[in-house]
Amino acid sequence: MGLAAAALAGFITVASTTSTEQSGLFKHLLPLFERNTGIQVRVVALGTGQALDMGKRGDADVVFVHAKALEEKFVTEGYGVRRFEVMYNDFVLVGPKSDPAKVGGGKDIVAALQKIKAAQAPFASRGDKSGTHFAELQLWTMAGIDIAKDKGPWYRDTGSGMGPTLNTASGMNAYALTDRGTWLSFKNRGELVIAVERDQRLFNQYGVILVNPAKHPHVKKAMGQAFVDWIVSPEGQAAIAGYKIGGEQLFFPNAKR
Amino acid sequence: MLDAILSGLRLVATLDLRLWEIVGLSLAVSLSAVALATLVGLPLGAAIAVGRFPGRQAVIVVLNALMGLPPVVVGLFIYLLLSRAGPLGELGLLFTPQAMVIAQTVLVLPIIAALARQSVEDAWREYEEQLRSLGVEGVRGALTVLWDIRFSLLTAVLAGLGRASAEVGAVMIVGGNIDGVTRVMTTTIALETSKGDLPLALGLGMVLIAIVLALNAAAHLVKDAAQRRYG
Amino acid sequence: MSAILPLRLEDVSYEAGGRAIIERVSLALEAGPSTIILGANGAGKSVLMRLMHGLLAPTSGRVAWSGEGARRRQAMVFQRPVMLRRSALANVTYALDVAGVVGAERERLARDALAEVGLGRLAQRPARVLSGGEQQRLALARAWALHPEVLFLDEPTANLDPGATREIETIIKAFDAAGTKIVMSTHSLGQARRLGDEVIFLHQGRVAERAPIDKFFPLPASPEAAAFVKGELPWA
Repeated sequence: MGLAAAALAGFITVASTTSTEQSGLFKHLLPLFERNTGIQVRVVALGTGQALDMGKRGDADVVFVHAKALEEKFVTEGYGVRRFEVMYNDFVLVGPKSDPAKVGGGKDIVAALQKIKAAQAPFASRGDKSGTHFAELQLWTMAGIDIAKDKGPWYRDTGSGMGPTLNTASGMNAYALTDRGTWLSFKNRGELVIAVERDQRLFNQYGVILVNPAKHPHVKKAMGQAFVDWIVSPEGQAAIAGYKIGGEQLFFPNAKR
Repeated sequence: MLDAILSGLRLVATLDLRLWEIVGLSLAVSLSAVALATLVGLPLGAAIAVGRFPGRQAVIVVLNALMGLPPVVVGLFIYLLLSRAGPLGELGLLFTPQAMVIAQTVLVLPIIAALARQSVEDAWREYEEQLRSLGVEGVRGALTVLWDIRFSLLTAVLAGLGRASAEVGAVMIVGGNIDGVTRVMTTTIALETSKGDLPLALGLGMVLIAIVLALNAAAHLVKDAAQRRYG
Repeated sequence: MSAILPLRLEDVSYEAGGRAIIERVSLALEAGPSTIILGANGAGKSVLMRLMHGLLAPTSGRVAWSGEGARRRQAMVFQRPVMLRRSALANVTYALDVAGVVGAERERLARDALAEVGLGRLAQRPARVLSGGEQQRLALARAWALHPEVLFLDEPTANLDPGATREIETIIKAFDAAGTKIVMSTHSLGQARRLGDEVIFLHQGRVAERAPIDKFFPLPASPEAAAFVKGELPWA
């Protein structure tokens, strides 16, 4: 595969999410892929919804996001060829050291959210229809809370990406749900620390899909496929596992053989 | 705050090739856009200043209003044009520096044209009688005045350059802020800010301001020298 | 090429801002005599000159030249000279270029014109740094290079000191000697006497009197002109 792929020099456009980009994964992964195949990868990082939208318009060759339901819809509607599972990472609940809702150190995210609402502790939400946002909404539902109806002034909808939302949380000493990757590279923590982690329900699955050349003939089919193949291959999966921040692994490869 | 500024400067001073690539791209994009906008905008402004046609007042009002085009709206519009799903998708220009130049040219053109229009109109009042007496008409008159006031038009060009270097909305949307390809100073600052790396963002911000200041200073010296020479 | 003079004004009026500035003026300007347009400030001299030269269109009436191509065969010098931000020489070659003169001929004619008005040394000087008097001489050089049949001058020395004024008047006499018809407005009686062959006296937009110079001075026939000459009407 190495030789055949090396014959395809050029670049592909991959639509992915801001949280993945900001975690620094691509800076680690893409040079390895390029060295292996000679293919340059240009990542456009947007919200999950926008990234899939890019795929539908044919402005990307590959989409690489973490919203399983939306991804499967993308394929069944004919915009993508096939979805492959790649890796997962997890979300963590961060909050102020002072911990007004007393959720620190817990392993139950649902219970934590209930306590936060009860205490009316400040909570910053992305509110931008991203994968993270959808995950957050699902967790509120699991906690039996209709957040759209029951939110009060303590719940802040920032309508922005992960970084800006964390900036807001840091500035307001609020709780927030974030992916571990963004958190590990986030430098403006203020008084925020991790409050709850490692609940099974906080795991976040990534999928990679080649944009359907039948719908968009200009899609770089061969090179895009080479990327998909590589990222689920043993080398690609090892590269993913090899990415660490401060000695901590962020992403856990789980492509099916 | 002072801490952040100082560590920002320190970071920037030690920063590598990547930073200078980003600075280089920013300058290339903005200067190209301003050059194109000047090429089209100066004659356009002069033509409106000197010409007499029905609806002229409306054109002037609209041109002035377009100076306030929000960059993010321009970005969105150009994105829809250049997207594969859009009319110019075939060109494959989306997410390239060329797309960024196009978006910034659209943004900057009204500024240069509107300011040129005002300057030429003011000057025309001084030159009109004499030029018409010599038999100079229409296009030739507009171009003669345009060339004669070229140094004071520098101000319009600098206004355009200021707008182009400072904006982030348009280049973010049509460029995609792709690492190593379409990442410029303003989008890098936005990215670093959202990653919470405020010292780096501040450092880059200061580099950006320093560059724009230097360009303005150079232009001022040119204007001054010309003033003394030509009167 | 037939002569463009006489220039006939037929019942010409000019209105602006609801006011009649020129009222029903009919006259003919013949080749030969230098015509001075005299009158108090506000009498309408500048507007009349511009109507004749074609910079303004009459509200009613007709301005008619006799021959073809009159547009190109006349020139005008204004009270304040308007120069381009170029050298003195370049200002003259610009006018020649507009008139259709090409190549080396352009520079030759321009240099001759500058020499004629005594600005030869200052050919490369930026026009706008010249003194008021020098710029006015340059304006005359620019007109000279075009060899016009009619030269209009709108109070050309109003902003100049006596020395510069004398220089300008010398050049105007040279134009006259070379056969150019002079039409000049002024409110200086001395200048009128020095340069004019006939006087058209304007009062409140009408021609109050027209006479040869030696009939007009020392005392004009019409009461308005007489009052003016006696110094009682500095403003209309």
